[in-house]
Amino acid sequence: MSRYPHIEPAGEGALILYLGEQANEQVANRIAALLPIIGRKLGSALVDLVPSYNSVLVQYQPLVSDHFQVSAWLQEALDTPAKEDNKQGKLVELPVYYSEQSGPDLSRLARQAGLAIEEVITLHQQGEYRVFAIGFAPGFAYLGEVDKRIAAPRLATPRKKVPKGAVAIADRQTAVYPAPSPGGWNLIGLCPTPMFDPNASPPMPVQVGDRVRFRAIDEQSFIELGGKLETFE
Amino acid sequence: MSLKVTAAGLMSLLMDAGRFGKASLGLTQGGPVDPFAFELANHLVGNESNTTAIEVTLGGLSLQAQTDCVVSVTGAGLPVKLNGRDSPMWRAFVVRAGESLELGQPESALRSYVAVQGGFAVTPQFGSTSTVMREGIGGLNGNKLQTGDLLPLGKPQRLHSLALAEPDIPAYSANPVLRLIPGYQFKQFSAVNRALFFASEYEITGQADRMGYRLKGQGVAADIQGMLSEGISLGAVQVPADGQPIVLLNDRQTIGGYPKLGNVLSLDCTSLAQCRPGTKVSFEAISMEQAHNLLHLHRAFKQRLLEQLEPVDA
Repeated sequence: MSRYPHIEPAGEGALILYLGEQANEQVANRIAALLPIIGRKLGSALVDLVPSYNSVLVQYQPLVSDHFQVSAWLQEALDTPAKEDNKQGKLVELPVYYSEQSGPDLSRLARQAGLAIEEVITLHQQGEYRVFAIGFAPGFAYLGEVDKRIAAPRLATPRKKVPKGAVAIADRQTAVYPAPSPGGWNLIGLCPTPMFDPNASPPMPVQVGDRVRFRAIDEQSFIELGGKLETFE
Repeated sequence: MSLKVTAAGLMSLLMDAGRFGKASLGLTQGGPVDPFAFELANHLVGNESNTTAIEVTLGGLSLQAQTDCVVSVTGAGLPVKLNGRDSPMWRAFVVRAGESLELGQPESALRSYVAVQGGFAVTPQFGSTSTVMREGIGGLNGNKLQTGDLLPLGKPQRLHSLALAEPDIPAYSANPVLRLIPGYQFKQFSAVNRALFFASEYEITGQADRMGYRLKGQGVAADIQGMLSEGISLGAVQVPADGQPIVLLNDRQTIGGYPKLGNVLSLDCTSLAQCRPGTKVSFEAISMEQAHNLLHLHRAFKQRLLEQLEPVDA
């Protein structure tokens, strides 16, 4: 199990390709570069690709191809040199209205970290985050990694409702809630950019492999950008 | 040109064959948990396999025709009443404008399918009409059918009215043995844990829905400290910290971080999804080659059934 890459079965119509033990920049680059190559190799046999932290789930049509053929294609894809510009993903900037009003866990997180609120906001903005995975809910992008000093465990009791646009931290991950949902992450602000709009093309501003930076905005800009102030539980 | 929902039942969902290729947005596959019954329902009324029909869980759906149409009901066996008269399943029949079609409760199994010639004319979202309630996507407005909904009908593709011969009507197994293709973290479950898993009987708990079936029985555990979330395919058997397996089905989350033993064969995911809480199931390991062979045999079997469908006066 220690050798990477390696491939495991994932049912009658899927193989999962593991690229590394941990999620890191190098593994993320490898995955981002591999996705279009795998897509081309499988062609019409491809059903879906699900990239995540250190793996890619490759779903194929079992009545069109089989695991021998798909494994061989994956091996060929691994041996194909990647184009440099496919590795980094695009850089997306997301505006955030950080405040105690828009981020109900901001002051507690600062207190627990032994930092001033402003320092938490600065540290969150300083990072350039990688989109490691999308899942949990449509448009929910897992971004990593936040500075160790502002990493914080999930709430012991999740909120029944986290509003759309909530900017959150859990351990060393950060995310923007794409829609209202239950959630246990620490909320530090609100982002006015829709993370998932079924009627937009593309429906999401980011995809796996992209990079994200956050930029602080004030309440007025937040409202002007279409944001809505929410009440929190 | 529509059917009116006069009683919605517990959970009646508009769907086509499923939403594929959208997992990178976090969208799950959805679609019929019994694709065979779904496909047959469509074929009996002359529709293409991927035409939008209704999956009815535990019966209770009533529809009133606003126009003459040809309908079929397949899947879990239940009483079908056309204006109060008994009507057969697995067979196309005409519903005249003003007549009502009522589905009773299935005696066993769970999911039945209602197809109409021409299908339901629903605008696809992300390439599919399949309703996934958790995502609020598909169907009329991302939700299950509600009493009073008007279901618009599409244009018939072929004016076929067909019936499945009585002996060909599938029986749903009472206590299915679920064939599992070992995979994912299988090797990180100890030999003892694997042996216990395959030797034990598991009971379907009350937490069983289109997303997944949570089982109760012999606990098992993988020798893994922490795991990164990864893509989940149909039928994956994941084992959370409590050691109780969960079989993930059509509406499963697209990624997850629990260790998985492998995947239940799709044909057996159907058997499982037709089972109710309290049912006992067990697992049997099969190779990938056996799995593919079973799928090819099933395709040939289905092809033969479709060729043998009998025309009926409708």
